[in-house]
Amino acid sequence: MFLWLWVILIAAGLAPGVSRMVGSRGGWLLALVPAGVAVCLLQQWPAVVNQQNVSAAVDWVPSLHLMVSLRLDGLSLLFGLLVTGIGALVLVYAGAYLKGDERLGRLWMFLLLFMAAMLGVVLADNLLTLFIFWELTSITSYLLIGFNSDRPESRASALQALLVTGGGGLLLLPGLLLLGFAGQSFEISELLNHADQIQQHAFYGPMLVLILLGAFTKSAQFPFHFWLPDAMAAPTPISAYLHSATMVKAGVYLVARLHPVLGGTAEWFWMIAPIGTATMVLGAVLALRATDLKQILAYATISVLGTLMMLLGIGTEATLTAALVLLVAHALYKGGLFMMAGAVDHAVHQRDIRLLGGLRSVMPATCGAALLAGISMAGILPTFGFIAKETWYEAVGSQASVPYLVASVLSNIGLVAAAGMVCITPFFGRQTDAAQQAHEGGPALWGPPVVLGIAGFCLGLLPGPFSELLAAGSTAIAGQDVSVKLKLWHGVNAALLLSLLTLAGGFLLYWQRHRLAGVITATDRFMPWGPAGAYRWLLKSVNQLARGQTAILQNGYLRYYLLMMVGLTVFSVWMALGGELSSHLDPMPFDFRIHEVMLAGLILMSAVVAVRAKTWLLSVGALGIAGYAVAGIFVLFGAPDLAMTQFVIETLTVFLFVMAFSRLPDFRRLSSVHTRRRDALIAVVAGGTITMLLLFAMTVRSDHPISAYYAAHSVPEAHGRNVVNVILVDFRALDTLGEITVLSIAAIGVYSLLMLRPAARPGSTDSSGNEADDSSRGSAQRGN
Amino acid sequence: MDSVILKTAIRFLLPLLLLASVFLFLRGHNEPGGGFVGGLVASGAIALYAMTCSAAAARQMVRVSPRVLIGSGLLLALGSGLAPLFFGRPFLTGLWTTVTTASLGELHPGTPLLFDLGVYCVVTGVTLVFIFSLLEE
Repeated sequence: MFLWLWVILIAAGLAPGVSRMVGSRGGWLLALVPAGVAVCLLQQWPAVVNQQNVSAAVDWVPSLHLMVSLRLDGLSLLFGLLVTGIGALVLVYAGAYLKGDERLGRLWMFLLLFMAAMLGVVLADNLLTLFIFWELTSITSYLLIGFNSDRPESRASALQALLVTGGGGLLLLPGLLLLGFAGQSFEISELLNHADQIQQHAFYGPMLVLILLGAFTKSAQFPFHFWLPDAMAAPTPISAYLHSATMVKAGVYLVARLHPVLGGTAEWFWMIAPIGTATMVLGAVLALRATDLKQILAYATISVLGTLMMLLGIGTEATLTAALVLLVAHALYKGGLFMMAGAVDHAVHQRDIRLLGGLRSVMPATCGAALLAGISMAGILPTFGFIAKETWYEAVGSQASVPYLVASVLSNIGLVAAAGMVCITPFFGRQTDAAQQAHEGGPALWGPPVVLGIAGFCLGLLPGPFSELLAAGSTAIAGQDVSVKLKLWHGVNAALLLSLLTLAGGFLLYWQRHRLAGVITATDRFMPWGPAGAYRWLLKSVNQLARGQTAILQNGYLRYYLLMMVGLTVFSVWMALGGELSSHLDPMPFDFRIHEVMLAGLILMSAVVAVRAKTWLLSVGALGIAGYAVAGIFVLFGAPDLAMTQFVIETLTVFLFVMAFSRLPDFRRLSSVHTRRRDALIAVVAGGTITMLLLFAMTVRSDHPISAYYAAHSVPEAHGRNVVNVILVDFRALDTLGEITVLSIAAIGVYSLLMLRPAARPGSTDSSGNEADDSSRGSAQRGN
Repeated sequence: MDSVILKTAIRFLLPLLLLASVFLFLRGHNEPGGGFVGGLVASGAIALYAMTCSAAAARQMVRVSPRVLIGSGLLLALGSGLAPLFFGRPFLTGLWTTVTTASLGELHPGTPLLFDLGVYCVVTGVTLVFIFSLLEE
């Protein structure tokens, strides 16, 4: 099973090369990979249908009991077939859609990467494995939505999708961890046996909320639905694949996957079903408002995602099965419709349905694809969409939950009208100016949607063999055996009557849609108050906050940085140690030797001189003397390494100060008396605090200092008698590695500050230096 | 800076200081010294040379760009840390061999020496970047 993922990942790596060598027809070649995986999945069909689940696992971090484990059951197989099957078609379609574009290889690569991630999500048996693949789908989705990276709105949409779904992922992770802790396992197959225990657990409520928020953001549920229409900024192959057939269903998948563990409670019902219903109705209403082909489809997708959540939330065997049937039907027709929209866009360069019409005569094949998918979307006999709607009505109706049934019928009426707007308006009626220059694209453009449309019809006419897979899938969701018998014709019953009512309402709505225009413009002014507006406000506020605090904290004045750092150090020392600092101070015995006192006096004197000096040279010299005197103290107290380093450092510091200050004028007093008094006060307080801290540190020595260990092990283990150096290069070499890395970064900072200013560019004062640098680099290369 | 005294003295000071820096580096494992202070002494010597003559002259004398020094030093330190991984030991474990020479007796060179050499290079390179940037500004 890992092989499937690897093969797709390898194909992703090869995709740019394929695009360079084979061109746009490479899509057929690349499509063989997911098609092959799909065949492998189909081979598992008999085993899965007989409830013999296939699994594989590798140890990841054995010491932490972390596993990467995969498991194939009915639900995974169903999703896996959708991901690989539609994926193969999308690869072919993408080749034709971006024909001649040099970015085609990148598109294929991202699509295949996404495919591997999505397949990982649906195959994962370990919660953390699932989470990693889940986040990978968010990241690849970000890359794909922002594919036209030169367009600002593309980038904004990509960021929005990433922030919303990534934010959901951030909530999902603690949710999954709580679930793992409550169930004492991270394997989903293991958690199934502990469902009761988990639902009794105190964490049940929080984990459910967190996990559902993750699923709702991913599957664009109200109020997080707004990212999905904006994600239509992506090229159409991406919308067809990620944002209708697969990725947005990941949230639905997660809810379905965890239903046997978490579902069946009142909390489950009340958290999911109302949100799903609201999303369903809202999506259908917003679909009618839209005029852009892809926008209509996006809102219709939101509506269906809401329906799926509602069905899972109600959670009876019948509704779970209905959710699965609807999911497959939707993936087939919506993927096809998006590809159709892309073909129209490709031919006419126009997606506004008000400017489209009469394309039937110029694009007959695309029109056929649209009708095949549209009939399924509207739920007309004999398509799979019809079966989906029948099962849906029947499942909800048998619950006698009238509000949900009414909402279902109403949203479906909206979807029927939307199907008309997408599949009839552009192709029939008077031919518009835009449509006249249109021409049919190649078979790679209209072929994949036709294939999907025909698949919808085939499943509708012969649902029998497919039922057993659906039964296996429903069994996985329900956690107990479910038998599914799909039939196209159920006879005249309530569901059929509701279907007829839906169709009639939908056609009426479509026919009279121009009357809606007034209602739509009346509601326009409420749109800024929606969740999208809230998102924009939040984003703007965060930026403003960042700008505001940057203006205060990073204002560019060195004196404020110093003030802030010193002040914060003093503050945190007092906060942490408070009264202890003064209480632990023992009076020190005055048994100093005379040269120690002299050194201390030298330090004090040079510090005073450094502050009072009128010229920089005197100040720098005084600082150097203070440093040397400190090094002298190190010598007196037996730290030759430290003293030596301090001597050299002081020397170099004086060097550098002289170099830097030699260009500056002498000191001038620009600050007010008030400011200087404040600085003096801060300096005294800071110095006093550090003094007290040092005295305090003397009193709290631990009984077993680590230095004893180092001293004992230095020679036998590190062959060195200088413990300081052994610590630096051996015992604590990781710290040293970090320090020299920081040092290198500091060098980059100094270099860029001094050399990369506009005034210091080549051609100004330091041109000779640059030449020398170049020649030295040249000689270094020769040396190598 | 134009000083005859310094210009004369530097011809003797520079080799002595560089020698001292290598000496400090090599004895570091057993006596006070090490890569850090050795690198600082070396860069101090070069800084003195740069102030006396010119930054360009100092660059030519060093031959290697400070940036190359920093990069190779980091790689050396990292490489000496990665080497034990090939022997199934944890990152940064010291690997030692014993070499017996006629004049110096038994020596224990190991990867920490390479690590220290990396530190030496990085410290020298970073200080040189500071000095050259300031002088050429």
